This record gives sequence, structure tokens and C-alpha cells, in this order.
Amino acid sequence: MNIDSIKNGMVIDHITAGRGMELYSLLNLDSLNCPIVIGKNVSSAKMGTKDIIKIDADITLNTDILGYVDPDVTVNIIKDGKIVEKKTVSLPERLVNVIACKNPRCITSCEQELDQVFTLTDKENRVYRCLYCETKAKEQSH
Amino acid sequence: MRSLIDIKELSLEELDSLIATALDIIDNPQKYSEKCHGKKLATLFFEPSTRTRLSFEAAMYELGGNVLGFSEASSSSSAKGESVADTAKMISCYADIIAMRHPKEGAPLVASMNATIPVVNAGDGGHNHPTQTLADLLTIKRKKGRFDNLTIGLCGDLKFGRTVHSLIAAMSRYKGVKFVLISPEELRVPSYVKTDVLDKNGIEYVETKDLCGAMPELDILYMTRIQKERFFNEEDYLRLKDSYILDLPKLENAKEDLCIMHPLPRVNEISVKVDSDPRACYFEQALNGKYMRMALILMLLGIK
Repeated sequence: MNIDSIKNGMVIDHITAGRGMELYSLLNLDSLNCPIVIGKNVSSAKMGTKDIIKIDADITLNTDILGYVDPDVTVNIIKDGKIVEKKTVSLPERLVNVIACKNPRCITSCEQELDQVFTLTDKENRVYRCLYCETKAKEQSH
Repeated sequence: MRSLIDIKELSLEELDSLIATALDIIDNPQKYSEKCHGKKLATLFFEPSTRTRLSFEAAMYELGGNVLGFSEASSSSSAKGESVADTAKMISCYADIIAMRHPKEGAPLVASMNATIPVVNAGDGGHNHPTQTLADLLTIKRKKGRFDNLTIGLCGDLKFGRTVHSLIAAMSRYKGVKFVLISPEELRVPSYVKTDVLDKNGIEYVETKDLCGAMPELDILYMTRIQKERFFNEEDYLRLKDSYILDLPKLENAKEDLCIMHPLPRVNEISVKVDSDPRACYFEQALNGKYMRMALILMLLGIK
């Protein structure tokens, strides 16, 4: 299956097959009015199958979250039909409202309006801990 | 504006400075008796803790300040559903500094993020209790004269014991410190304390169930209570509560200058017969807590 190239915008490529919709939701792409295409189970020489998201608008998106959710994705910035920047994602220092603390003794368990904040405490082992109670986040499955 | 939520927020220089102030308070109490004149400490205790609250209140009174607050959640607006953030904003209008105890971990941090006055964590669930650690450090300093090259035995509930976690964090910054972690299997130090504090700082430690076997090498023995309120079911509590009781026969092989510490309150984990042993330091430790809280209040209020 082929999808027309975009002129100005962003391509989020090499998404683990089946996770495209999850990333669409996490990046809050629903709030955009521009054309967006989600490709699911697209064939990939590198991965076998993959998901891909193409955003046809010259926008700036904070893609830090992708490093935590799906670390192998690449983000391509397209200008005038050409890739002007190709970046791999890194682990974000903070995750806000991405995962929830499971510790029943944590203040977030009873004050629902608090942001769920996790900070990267061990980059090598991809360890995130709750800002409030320091409970380790459960390993993200890939 | 500075708060104290976690003992790790204090640099070694700041700890030294707090200890120096506390020692000066001990020697010259009169010099400090009006330092906080006109200042108010709010003690927000969302769970009961007579000792810590009274220690904070005594500290503020001895500095010439005043105290307001509550000693249980049912007498505060949280019973009506007020958030910690709102409570902190509101109290900032009435007081100059807050001491907060809360059963939920991270609540004092939330308060400090919303208050416009300094917040001191007076214990949050099983998480942190930095002012207890300040009391512990002053006791070690007064008894041992140093923080390095000490073998410290921690005994009892090392899983939920927040005083233990804070003390490990504080002492792991000194050279030549070794920990002997004495507890039943179920109440061992959480893995994050081992990986993020002990391993990270290259600190030597052993885990054992055997209190008597560990005794001869200890310079400090820090006993803790197995707290009922930290358990989800009574069966586990009853099974483990008497695991480690310190009595005189167990001290036979201990060093003559061993320093026996306990954050108090004690239930039965130290026999009352040990109280008259010169190695028992736990009541002096409680007194040291007051001096360190005085020093801390002065520091956070920026009073010299």
C-alpha cells in the first residue's frame, strides 16, 4: 500500500506494528485539524511490519514521550517534499500524565487532580520513579 | 524559599552547619530564646504523632516563636475533602513555616510545591522522615565524634521504616561506612534503596536475619519498631512483630562503646532493662531531635 508523500510536515516512522493508534492518542493528534494518515501493519524491510503516522502540516510537536513508549521510532521532518531532519528519540527526563503510580500509599492515589509525574532516575536501565513517592514505574512492554 | 522534604536535599556542608548550630544551641540556649519572636510554626499532622509534633512545637517555643495547627486529619479541612495543595496555600497566609506529617507518600512535596512558606516533611507514610535523620546524625556526632568509618546495624522493619531509608541515604555519603541490615525476609530494605543509594555510592552492606551474630562488629545499632499501621493485614503483623527484641543477654558480645539508637516510640523491641545500660542512647536521641529542629527552623527562615 502506498500513501502520497507529504510536502511539509512530519513522519513518525518505525512504530512497532499495532501501536500507531496509541501514539496518535498520546501525542494528542486528535486535536489537529490537518490531514493525518495512520498506516497500520505496513511492510518494512527493517522490521517486517510497522506502523507509520504522517502529519501533513508544518507543526512543532513534543515527541519526547515516544522515547519512553516506543524507543525505536524515528521522526522525519519534511520541508518542500524533502527530509530536512531525521531524528531518533531519546528517553525523556520527565513523564507527565503518561503512566500512573501504582503505590496505594502515594498521594496521587487519593488526590486525583495531581499530575502523574515520573522522572528518569537511571538512564542505563530505563528506570522511572514517581516524583512523589519514588515508586519504580512498571517496565513499559514493547 | 527553601523546604526540606528529603534528607538528600541537604549538602554535607549544610548538615555540618546545622549540627554546629545545634551544638551551639545546647551550649548557649539563652542566645536563641528570642530568635523566632513573632514567627509562627504550623504543625499540620494528618496522622497522629505525639513525639514528632511535640518536638517541633518545643523547638519553636524555645526559639521564642508560636505554634498553631492540628494533630489529626479529622480536625482539619481534609476531612471535608480539601486537597493538600489548597491546605498549603491557605496555611501560607497564616504561618511562617510548616511542619507536615501525612500518611500518603509525597504529600509534603505537594505542599511545598504550592506553599509560599518553607515546608518541612515531618514524615510521609513509609517514605521519608528527614528531621528524624537530623536527630540521628546529631546523636552519632555527639556519641562517636565522626560520621566516617562506622559499622551501622539497622534492625527490625527495614522495608517500611522510613527513618531507616533516610539514615541510609544520609550516612551513605561518608567514607568507610558499612551497613549490616538485620531483618526478617519479609521486611528487608526495598531494592531501590540498595540499587540507588548503597550500590550507587559503593557502600558495603550485608543482609542477615541474625541479630546476635551481627552484634560484635557494630559501632551503632539502630533498632526500629515493626509498625502495625504499615501492614495491610493483622496476620502478617502478629507473625513478625516479635522477631527482634533487644535485651541484655544479646548485648553480651557487643562493643563497649556501642551506641544503641531507636527513633521511638518503642513497643517491646528493646527491653526496658537496656535503658539503664550506658550504651542506650535513644532518649538522648529524642532530645537531639529538638535541637536539630531548632537549627533547621532557623536555617529555613533565614535567621542567623
